[in-house]
Amino acid sequence: MAVEHPVAAQPGDQTRIHNIGYRTYDGPRLGRSYATRSLYSQSLRGAYGLGRSVKSKVLPMLLFVVMCVPAAIMVAVAVATKASDLPVDYTRYAIVMQAVISLYIASQAPQSVSRDLRFKTVPLYFSRPIETADYVRAKFAALASALFILTAAPLIVLYVGALLAKLDFADQTKGFAQGLVSVALLSLLLAGIGLVIASVTPRRGFGIAAVIAVLTISYGAVSTLQAIAEVQNSSGAIAWIGLFSPVTLIDGVQTAFLGATSAFPGGVGPTNGEGAVYVLVTLGLIAGSYGLLMRRYKKVGL
Amino acid sequence: MYDPTVARLTYRALLGRRRALILGALPVLLIAISIAVRGLAGADDQTASDLLGGLALATMVPIIGVIAGTGAIGPEIDDGSVVYLLSKPVKRPTIIFTKLIVAIAVTMVFSALPTFIAGLILNGNGQQIAVAYTVAALVASIAYAAIFLLLGTVSRHAVVFGLVYALVWEALFGSLVSGARTLSVQQWALAVAQKVAGGDLVTSDVTLPTATVLLAVVTVLATWYAGQKLRSLTLAGEE
Repeated sequence: MAVEHPVAAQPGDQTRIHNIGYRTYDGPRLGRSYATRSLYSQSLRGAYGLGRSVKSKVLPMLLFVVMCVPAAIMVAVAVATKASDLPVDYTRYAIVMQAVISLYIASQAPQSVSRDLRFKTVPLYFSRPIETADYVRAKFAALASALFILTAAPLIVLYVGALLAKLDFADQTKGFAQGLVSVALLSLLLAGIGLVIASVTPRRGFGIAAVIAVLTISYGAVSTLQAIAEVQNSSGAIAWIGLFSPVTLIDGVQTAFLGATSAFPGGVGPTNGEGAVYVLVTLGLIAGSYGLLMRRYKKVGL
Repeated sequence: MYDPTVARLTYRALLGRRRALILGALPVLLIAISIAVRGLAGADDQTASDLLGGLALATMVPIIGVIAGTGAIGPEIDDGSVVYLLSKPVKRPTIIFTKLIVAIAVTMVFSALPTFIAGLILNGNGQQIAVAYTVAALVASIAYAAIFLLLGTVSRHAVVFGLVYALVWEALFGSLVSGARTLSVQQWALAVAQKVAGGDLVTSDVTLPTATVLLAVVTVLATWYAGQKLRSLTLAGEE
């Protein structure tokens, strides 16, 4: 039998809340737009490996250099040979270098969104004042800006070089402006497609393979079919086949409206009427990928 | 040398959920395009050869090889669950060999088989084109799986490097610099295909003996080195 000790019950006067000096935050609250801007700038820096480990800087920087070096070489050749025009049009450059652009988007789209999914940090973002739309917009804008930097930088190299080589100013400026519009569209389109695919999987490696598969297989399939249509003399079909891959889509838009020469087999670009369809499909795809991302992030991780 | 349990786990990792989806989507697309081309253009040996060479062997086989080869080991090393496998009394070269067999089998099933079907659809195996490209895809599957499995053990960015090799080196440099073609799995596989087809529709820049030796050496070396890498594997933290 346990000995019963008298319980020292002195109710009421033992518990108290000490004021040890915690203070509430009463400074300025920077709010939703500030958080969105921060997410944007962090994502944009991350897309070039800034603020991340040295290892993750290697690939984006390498691809950036690979994008710009051919432009520099072309400029050097144009200056040395006193050519009257650049060897490659401003609008054509991104089409020629599409393998590099595809690799960039494939490597950076998953690192932008997949890791947030994998380490379940998405709910942490949404515990801040930002909304789903802000997250999607910030990531979309950041990746599109990163791609624009990648694709516009060689155009700037070409333009500056062309002016140094004293090529016709009005002509070069027009071409440069057309090239910028074209790569801006390309950046938006590829960023949207890349992010939609990458946001489905938390596995980075798998995301990379999926993005590159969609981009290269669609381009390979479309250009094969176009080549066959060209051989079969059904050149009317070439333009319609081009609607089914992102790069040929941009090619069609710039051929119809931005004064580019088409890279389609036979050089048969879309006419103005078909070009309107191209523009509609391009804008539709950009809007569609934004809508899909919104839908994806409505319920993700919550 | 072959461990059925490791094989079963690898199959499940490779073919589970969404991964199987993309692995299955590519062959379906190839066959769909073949049907479309047959409908548009009719049976034509040159078209069949272009399509199988350009789309199936140059694009589809490497991509499936990358997914299967790096996917067989990469994710496990990535998320650290490979330690549970390594702590079992199974030799590490055995693990690599088993995973290689699985990766080869998956690559073959998802690339060589559709290539054969596409070839049959395109021209009904006229001039042995379907068989030739199927053999090329089979041979390429072995080499790609070994190379990309090695990449998976060496680097955390194996998929990117694999794709850089497959798309930039083989496709871009291969078409610009002829010397790069000697060091390309695709050309080695084409050399074997050239022997099978016999005609002049399938051509390679590499002679058959060179190709065979290089294929064998690359496969064996890559597998051996992957085993060595796994023996001394250190688990790195997340970047």
